[in-house]
Amino acid sequence: MEQFETLTAVAAPLLRDNIDTDAIIPSREMKSVSKTGLSAGLFAGWRYTAIGGREPNPDFVLNQAAYADTKIILGGSNFGCGSSREHAVWALHEYGIRAVIAPSFSSIFFGNCIRNGIVPVRLPAATVATLAAWVEQDPAGHRMTVDLAAQTVAAGSGKIYHFELDDEPRAMLLEGLDAIDLTLKQRPAIAAFRERDRRERPWIYLDKA
Amino acid sequence: MSRTLFDKLWAQHEVLNLGGSVSLIAIDRVFLHERTGSVALKSLREAGRTVVDPGRVFCTMDHIVDTLPGRGDETRMPGGKAFIVETREAAAEAGIRVFDVRDPQQGIVHVISPELGIVLPGATVVCPDSHTCTQGAMGALAWGIGSTEAEHALATGTLRVNRPKTMRVRFEGRLAPGVTAKDLTLALISRHGSVGGNGYAVEYAGSAVRELEIEARLTLCNMATEFAAFTGLIAPDEKTIAYLKGRQYAPKGEDWDRAVAQWRTLVTDEGATFDKEIVIDVSELAPMVTWGTSPQHAVPVTARVPALEASGTPREAYERALQYMGLEAGTRLVDLKIDAAFIGSCTNSRISDLRRAASILEGRKVAAGVRAICVPGSMTVKRQAEAEGLDRVFRDAGFEWRESGCSMCFFAGGESFGARERVVSSTNRNFESRQGPETRTHIASPETVAASAIAGHLADVRELSNVGRPEKAPTATAGRHPGAGEAAGGAGRG
Repeated sequence: MEQFETLTAVAAPLLRDNIDTDAIIPSREMKSVSKTGLSAGLFAGWRYTAIGGREPNPDFVLNQAAYADTKIILGGSNFGCGSSREHAVWALHEYGIRAVIAPSFSSIFFGNCIRNGIVPVRLPAATVATLAAWVEQDPAGHRMTVDLAAQTVAAGSGKIYHFELDDEPRAMLLEGLDAIDLTLKQRPAIAAFRERDRRERPWIYLDKA
Repeated sequence: MSRTLFDKLWAQHEVLNLGGSVSLIAIDRVFLHERTGSVALKSLREAGRTVVDPGRVFCTMDHIVDTLPGRGDETRMPGGKAFIVETREAAAEAGIRVFDVRDPQQGIVHVISPELGIVLPGATVVCPDSHTCTQGAMGALAWGIGSTEAEHALATGTLRVNRPKTMRVRFEGRLAPGVTAKDLTLALISRHGSVGGNGYAVEYAGSAVRELEIEARLTLCNMATEFAAFTGLIAPDEKTIAYLKGRQYAPKGEDWDRAVAQWRTLVTDEGATFDKEIVIDVSELAPMVTWGTSPQHAVPVTARVPALEASGTPREAYERALQYMGLEAGTRLVDLKIDAAFIGSCTNSRISDLRRAASILEGRKVAAGVRAICVPGSMTVKRQAEAEGLDRVFRDAGFEWRESGCSMCFFAGGESFGARERVVSSTNRNFESRQGPETRTHIASPETVAASAIAGHLADVRELSNVGRPEKAPTATAGRHPGAGEAAGGAGRG
């Protein structure tokens, strides 16, 4: 996974609450067993004029010229709720999104972001609204900076907002770590756990070795 | 020290603390399905990794598979066949038990897992599916994950998990007739919001929960994800133990006795504290139905579409929801004509759900112009229903009777109810376009769906006594009513 340090980019406001993963990528856009080929389906229901079509809806924020280089989404509360589909995060990433700033996230979506190099930034709704208003003054010019090491979002001169992200997920993103590789280093501890657990709860183990 | 049920389950499975609130948690059961499990298996294989203990991994075909009679690998969903075929191949290679398209035990993951005794009290269960929280009803720690996390669980038998906070929701009092577990969960979400459970593992407790049968508890926990909770769970009790006894994958013999002894310790201790507590008096609840496009947009079926101030929703979202749903504030919900009725999904498709719906449909007909569909949650449920003659009740009333699967709970490019069609549905999500582009979904209990199907509009099941059922059936047509027809044998079947 790529490392995330600091990102300065165009941010697109999508301040609706409860943006669900089916809105981020409709199920009908998941056409093959793959993590790629999904960005064309990103926000398909809002982004195009017709279901299954590809004619851009000019009203949708990402279709507007000033937002062409968007890498940050400003969202509403409960962002990424609904289906667990990681395709939502894969589609965002493939499109170029590297951070989502919202008051709250669905826990599954949040975890999927961490595993795919997208920074989920939790900031109060009022702050997100302030950021959106600032962006809308000059979308292409008012680029904001997400500094993961410092845990800050900077919007113009002097406007710096601190956000919280636990050390473990932050390290995963900063260092671009593969969680499976990292966990496999704990094999001895896992094996010891299983050996003890097998004695305590034999019914959990179905192989009856 | 007094501990909550969640604290006990967490401690039991904590391999290591990884710093801060993140721990390495041992995973006892992984369930996959063809929609999101397929890509996990494929990615695992491409990375040259293997499944660490395939005996504790299960896979079903539920999301993409058709539910029409005579189905095979071909589906109405674009590209659907590839999901089924690739999942089958990858699962076989990994040595995973697959409940395949024609398997007599096939069904929706959260229906078959309890049904087969795969989920057990005290077990950790994960599945790349947001409704995995359903299985917490068995006293398990069960939660939905992404496909990459599924890959992690398959490869390591563990997950790196951020410890959630704890919440207890106590439902106290007695449920009035016609009020169900579905109404409990909708009432909770409507009062505390679709983000109310965010960051919490929610234990459902209280006298009303103790009274619920296991299948109703599964319904209650199912919508913990619509409450934004990490999971929902219910302490196992004698009902849980009785339910599991003899199930295929449940422990047997000496293991059973040891397991039961341990399960009886899986309760929240007296005096244990939660980060948050909610108490709801259930005695005053009515059957609930949603009016908008979030599960929090739920009101008693007797109510009217709320005004902005009473909606608990910001103006823009409120207006958008009304426009999407084709509604005006002040309209009585029972005045809303429906185009379709759907009974199915991991929320409400178990045998008890079908029995309750059938008891309402018996001797009645679906209103003219209403398309009605029933999709049993598993092939086992379907066979049981057919053995009891419920399929005939559904069919005689005018319902389609399907093979099991997730079916039209969500739209994936295949079947849908159509644009601006109004559907009353026993499912869990009323998001925009969830059941089809521009389809308008009203979530409710199976009995409310059945009552509404008969009435032709959203209906209060408690007031159904004369709707659609002739007070005295004329002799000539009496034989067409299932109550009378059953004695005549299999007439009308197939």
